[in-house]
Amino acid sequence: MALKAEPWQTAEIAGPKKALLILKPEVVVAMVKRAKRPILVVGHQAAEDYSDDVKMIDYAIRMSKTAGIPVVATAHIATQFIKRDFQPAASMSAMDIGNRLQDPEWKGLDGKGPYDLALFMGLPYYMEFVILSALKHFSTNLKTISLDRFYNPHATWSFPNLSVEDWNESFEIILSKLGGN
Amino acid sequence: MTKKNVLMKIKELKTNVAVIKDLELSFGKVFEETWDEPVGPTPFPSVTELREWDFKLLQKYKPFYLPYCDVCCLCTFGKCDLTGDKRGACGLNMAAQQSRIVLLACCIGASTHISHARHLVEHLIEKYGSNSPLDVGGLNIEAEAPVTRLVCGIRPKTLQDLEEVLDYCEEQVTTLLAATHTGQEGSNLDFESKVLHAGMVDQVGMEIADLAQISVYGFPKADPEAALTEIGFGVADISKPTILVIGHNVPSSIGIIDYITDKGLLGKVEVVGICCTAHDLTRYSSAAKIIGPISWQLRYIRSGLADLIVVDEQCIRADTLVEAQKIKAPVIASSPQNCLGLKNRTKSPPKEIISDLLEEKVPGVLILDPDKVGEVAVETVMAVAPKRNKFKIIPEIEEIIKAGEECTQCNECMRACPNNMPIPEAMKAAAKGDLNPLAEILESCVGCARCDSACPNDFPLHSFMVKAGEKQLWKEKFKMRVGRGAIQDIEIREVGGPLVLGEIPGVVALVGCANYPHGGKEVAEIAEEFAKRRFIVVTSGCAAMSIAMVKDEEGKTLYEKYPGGFEAGGILNVGSCVSNPHIAGAAIKIASIFAKRKLRANYEEIADYILNRVGAVGVAWGAMSQKAASIASGFWRLGVPVIVGPHGSKYRRMLLGRKDKDEDWYVYDARTGDKVYGGPAPEHLFTTAETKEEAMVMIAKFCMRPNDTTKGRAIKLTHYIDLHKRLYGVMPDDIHLFVRNKADVPITMKDEILKILEEKGWKERRIPDPTLLPRLIRKRGE
Ligand code: SF4
Ligand code: SF4
Ligand code: SF4
Repeated sequence: MALKAEPWQTAEIAGPKKALLILKPEVVVAMVKRAKRPILVVGHQAAEDYSDDVKMIDYAIRMSKTAGIPVVATAHIATQFIKRDFQPAASMSAMDIGNRLQDPEWKGLDGKGPYDLALFMGLPYYMEFVILSALKHFSTNLKTISLDRFYNPHATWSFPNLSVEDWNESFEIILSKLGGN
Repeated sequence: MTKKNVLMKIKELKTNVAVIKDLELSFGKVFEETWDEPVGPTPFPSVTELREWDFKLLQKYKPFYLPYCDVCCLCTFGKCDLTGDKRGACGLNMAAQQSRIVLLACCIGASTHISHARHLVEHLIEKYGSNSPLDVGGLNIEAEAPVTRLVCGIRPKTLQDLEEVLDYCEEQVTTLLAATHTGQEGSNLDFESKVLHAGMVDQVGMEIADLAQISVYGFPKADPEAALTEIGFGVADISKPTILVIGHNVPSSIGIIDYITDKGLLGKVEVVGICCTAHDLTRYSSAAKIIGPISWQLRYIRSGLADLIVVDEQCIRADTLVEAQKIKAPVIASSPQNCLGLKNRTKSPPKEIISDLLEEKVPGVLILDPDKVGEVAVETVMAVAPKRNKFKIIPEIEEIIKAGEECTQCNECMRACPNNMPIPEAMKAAAKGDLNPLAEILESCVGCARCDSACPNDFPLHSFMVKAGEKQLWKEKFKMRVGRGAIQDIEIREVGGPLVLGEIPGVVALVGCANYPHGGKEVAEIAEEFAKRRFIVVTSGCAAMSIAMVKDEEGKTLYEKYPGGFEAGGILNVGSCVSNPHIAGAAIKIASIFAKRKLRANYEEIADYILNRVGAVGVAWGAMSQKAASIASGFWRLGVPVIVGPHGSKYRRMLLGRKDKDEDWYVYDARTGDKVYGGPAPEHLFTTAETKEEAMVMIAKFCMRPNDTTKGRAIKLTHYIDLHKRLYGVMPDDIHLFVRNKADVPITMKDEILKILEEKGWKERRIPDPTLLPRLIRKRGE
């Protein structure tokens, strides 16, 4: 598999500043561990995509539980979390969470201060693309990670375009290493 | 006397001195006429005149910029890297650059409608005379042009009056466009104010276009029972020679219908249309039929069903000529905006042009005379149809299977597809003889053919999908109510009270293009959800077509099931893109007819009224064009929030409120002058919904307004909470922001909500007589 920094949707070119490739899942682990205030934004495709037996949303829940990261459920995906007995920290639109994350004054969902790491998964590719761009340009102390299995170049870090199998494998490593402290 | 009145007098004075200036003379004449209503504060507002109002809106609804790329390449000082807080060589930063791009888009959109209107008005004056009267609804309509009255302060009566209004629009767009030059505007907020100005002027331009065509062509005049027309891939009788018209500017298509009628050829030639030209042609004649929205272009052309194609302007595929040549159908271009590289034959004798087309000496011609287009199109199609024998380029199944076998699964098609359609998977299935996955893709396909262009094997993938979905396509025969035009005064009188008091929970305007994430059926679902809930659903353009293209178990479309009146539970198609101002006009007329606010050149007050009192929401689920951007912008300035579908996130800028910031939501209580918390209603002026479910919840929520009565607020909250619970599985977390006193709480959910309010530390607050304009304090309330 070619691990190139190529956007999944061919024309969605970004730059000069482009996401660094997550070549090893450990990068995500290190970023999450280093972050003081991480947050995980999960879009509606998390309940639909990938394969029948593997849904991103299940990984989102495991990640949130393992690393204690609050989840923002966008669109109507809160209902899918609740079906899985998981309570997201908030349900708000992707634009609303993007807009708040770019505001250095925003004190977060719990009022305890701004976030320093935002992880994204499950938004339509092109929506995530522009929201990550907003955060790249206008947020001050925020790093972003795209956890989808596609290279999303406006993030700080992004997976390259991966097969479902490779993505699963990466996520299992992330979860096991996050859990293992 | 207002400051502006003085200004106008000076203009008149100037005019008297400089007698050569016809334009100013006519402005003077207009203001001299006998109209009881005095000229309001802002007739023909300049680019900066409503800036304060804009800044009030932008203070509540701040721009959230979503740059598409990091650079600016608009002048040779650049390219400039504007990442983060960098500035370009001209000193511009990223926020200003993004707002500049939005302004450019809105100028493109506005200029398109305005030049469309200019073309129509000139053509109609030439053909019918400058004194042709304007009439959009006879005695049923007093304000024939609410947007023009509001913005310009005049009452146009004849075609010639429209020219003055267009002069104004053109001047404004030129000034706005000038502001985008390197080294002009440097502030993003001023760019945004100009965006709003472009949108307002665009509404005027569109209104002029529709006013002219309704009046002169005799389109339905504010008719809730406008006829039902046929729409769908399968509506044409393909045994007949078929002319396909595509675009937005209807005169050349009307030339065709007129020629057919004059020559007694009705029933011998089919005329079918795509996009707004089709809307307007069915408003003109029951002889025309509609194929579908813009995304139906390629599937129809490649299927070989059109024997001749006539294009006018806007949203037409740039490769129409190339595609038409493949099916051996001649093309007639009929607009200066879209000449397709064809030779201008406007002055050639029709016989000569027809013979050149028949002998295939040329693939098409440019004819800038609508009547001549009519003659050439009809005579040519009758001769060409038997020769063509519906020649198509849709492949046979064997070819698709073979391609499936050869497909390398490189994913290039999927990566080029705006909707990320699983084409490689479908090709894998096709190799095994299963074409169903390809057929399924067609249902969510926007017909862009980017997959075709991307495939290294040059497979015509879109044609594969058309073949796979062929059976379904042929079944496409639906009924759509043709564009009714304006809303009658009596309709406004009847619903004005219930709407402003909140008893009719809102007006949902489903408008715009067909760049849908999952096909047009979602728009129909949204329409039905809100019609059932007894909102008023208004629609136009491609969205109006998509709403028609779904049937229930009994085979009925929404237009057959719901009334076409501006009433609770109505679904009304106002018409084409340029009919959108009837929707804005309805909101304006609620303020003027129901609430008796002065309309004439009184923009700020009316917009303030609408923002605070009229629960209207625009939804452009498939918005893609620059015109859609300027249409949305015209609604923003008027205080109507707009929701776009996910692809709309690429417009690069949202206008978002922050409900977590209490201080942003204070309004004046016009009775006392106190500043009172009015709640985040509406919460946003422009935002993207990721899914149709999210859009539905947003629509219900964005219909709340600070002015709602307790009964009205309880009804609106019921819809919001009900949809939120059904679609999100939970109660909304912001109910406390919308409940002002206990009477606002929906009775059926009382216990549950009171408990939430208690947890949130909610306190009762008063319901203001809301306004953002200090000058309106104490003026009302008597
Ligand atoms: S307009 Fe300004 S930012 Fe853009 S390329 Fe020119 S100098 Fe650079
Ligand atoms: S034509 Fe349809 S399937 Fe092909 S890229 Fe466009 S939307 Fe996707
Ligand atoms: S681009 Fe062509 S070869 Fe590649 S996967 Fe798609 S259909 Fe197959």
